[in-house]
Amino acid sequence: MRPPNSLQTELRTGIAAAARLARTVRRNSLQMVHAARLGHPGGDLSAADILAALFSGVLRIDPLNPRLPDRDRFIMSKGHCSAALYATLAEAGFFPRERLAEYMKPLSMLNGHPDRNKVPGVEANTGPLGHGLPIGVGAAKAAKITGAAWKTFVLTGDGELQEGSNWEAAMAAAQFRLDNLTVIVDRNRLQQGDETERTVGLEPLAERWRSFGWAVVELDGHDMMALVETLRGVPFQAGQPSCVIAHTHKGHGVSFMEDRVEWHHRVPTEPELAAALVELDGPVNE
Amino acid sequence: MSNLYDCRKAFSETLVALAAADPRIVVVASDSIGSSNLREFEKRFPERLVNVGIAEQNMVGVGAGLANGGLIPFVCGASCFLTGRALEQVKVDLGYSRYNVKLCGMSSGVAYGELGPTHHSIEDLAWTRAIANLTVIVPADPVETAAAVRAAAAYDGPVFLRLSRMPVPALHPESYEFKIGRAARLRDGSNITLIANGTMVCRAMEAASLLEADGIQAAVVNMSSVRPLDRSAIVEAAAAGPILTIEEHTVVGGLGSAVAEVVVTSQPVRMRMLGIPGEFAPTGSPAFLFEHFGLTPEHIRQAAVELVKEGVCGAHEAHLGN
Repeated sequence: MRPPNSLQTELRTGIAAAARLARTVRRNSLQMVHAARLGHPGGDLSAADILAALFSGVLRIDPLNPRLPDRDRFIMSKGHCSAALYATLAEAGFFPRERLAEYMKPLSMLNGHPDRNKVPGVEANTGPLGHGLPIGVGAAKAAKITGAAWKTFVLTGDGELQEGSNWEAAMAAAQFRLDNLTVIVDRNRLQQGDETERTVGLEPLAERWRSFGWAVVELDGHDMMALVETLRGVPFQAGQPSCVIAHTHKGHGVSFMEDRVEWHHRVPTEPELAAALVELDGPVNE
Repeated sequence: MSNLYDCRKAFSETLVALAAADPRIVVVASDSIGSSNLREFEKRFPERLVNVGIAEQNMVGVGAGLANGGLIPFVCGASCFLTGRALEQVKVDLGYSRYNVKLCGMSSGVAYGELGPTHHSIEDLAWTRAIANLTVIVPADPVETAAAVRAAAAYDGPVFLRLSRMPVPALHPESYEFKIGRAARLRDGSNITLIANGTMVCRAMEAASLLEADGIQAAVVNMSSVRPLDRSAIVEAAAAGPILTIEEHTVVGGLGSAVAEVVVTSQPVRMRMLGIPGEFAPTGSPAFLFEHFGLTPEHIRQAAVELVKEGVCGAHEAHLGN
């Protein structure tokens, strides 16, 4: 007879906490964007579960020592979704959540795109697309050179993969056998102006990453259990960098925002915010 | 004629010595190991040489990531591609992010001569000195190159070292103490100050010798630190008389512009700027292009004579006007 699997129990508790965190991140980022009258709520909502999974169940980090040399690195390449990132960092304890009210206010540390020199927990100043993965390759290579055990995770958008610098980095990561590097693609299928496939198509995306030498897993980017288990399971292949294609929906969690391209950077009105918060107030789907 | 040196040798030897003493020193190259003179580094520290292939944007980002991981990367590539192709990464990943990366622009200016304007790097000072947090250094000889590499390694923050492959004589004694943000006065003179950096300093020194025959005492200042700039050295020079700047760079936004910004706001004085006028160079060797663009000691001499005479005439006319 084996005792109840404590790891499984711990995982279940973790999943519940992560799902609650994701809902808080969604609520707070919508309120932040509404108050700032600026932001990218569609992408905030598509990335919320990924961020929550990373910060509640995957990354080995200490919010009280955000620059600890042996911390795992998380690089938010889709820096325009700063509201979701800040909301996550605040809940994770990197800074008081009251400070979220300063989002994009004059002289606030919470700029529209993240600044690592101002915001604890931010690893790279991103905003222009295609910057995060090269930095992630460098960080992962640094860990290989120094023999350190920490891992590097990079979250990119999908439209962002139209930037060539990502593919320069993808080739180098495979060449350097960076199995301590994981890229997560927030595959919500929409970019600012239209669907990715109607703009400059990315498919077959998984095959493209595989052909660049990466081990690829595709999952439902709103399935917390799948996210946490998969991200805890990297690398998928020794000697290969890992790619998680997270199939998501822009605006996920709010019915009238979901899969609508205009919510890339539309700001919710007062009634829209109220309606969204009601939808995000129901029981958490774990 | 004194001995001439390729400063890449001092650069790579210093880098090897630093790496031997400090395991944090790493090199990032873009298939440029030979042209950046890094064979010895590769032989001694193969695990610390990161070759990203022909991919400058990735190269600069990788540099930022290595710095994030606690290392001190020297990111080396042809200056034209390193700065031009990866300018946004230089601005955001290095300057704005303040990552401790040392960007080494090799074969800057018109060193690639006949290869043409695609390979000339005559805009790199204008671009890099406009970027906040970025220190910009243009060493003039092997001693200063070695010192600048050591200073860059010791300094915590992003640095752009603008290096050349063109042979230059030794100008600084072995005892020279290079300091970021401090100009070196190589020669005193009361009639005019020649301010130059990089490959143009030795030419300014030769011009100053030639000017003795014209009865003109020219001071020579090596303004190797373009950002931060040694403002007090410029103000001091401007207080003494006219200033002639000489640079292997376009006159739009480079050393001359940087000096002029200080002069017009702090100590207005007559100036002339020698460099590459706002145009792409024709086909020709570096020596031909220096002749073509008036960057030889004789051209510098003529410009200095004219500038000093203008001052005398100007004063005379003002006197008559009274």
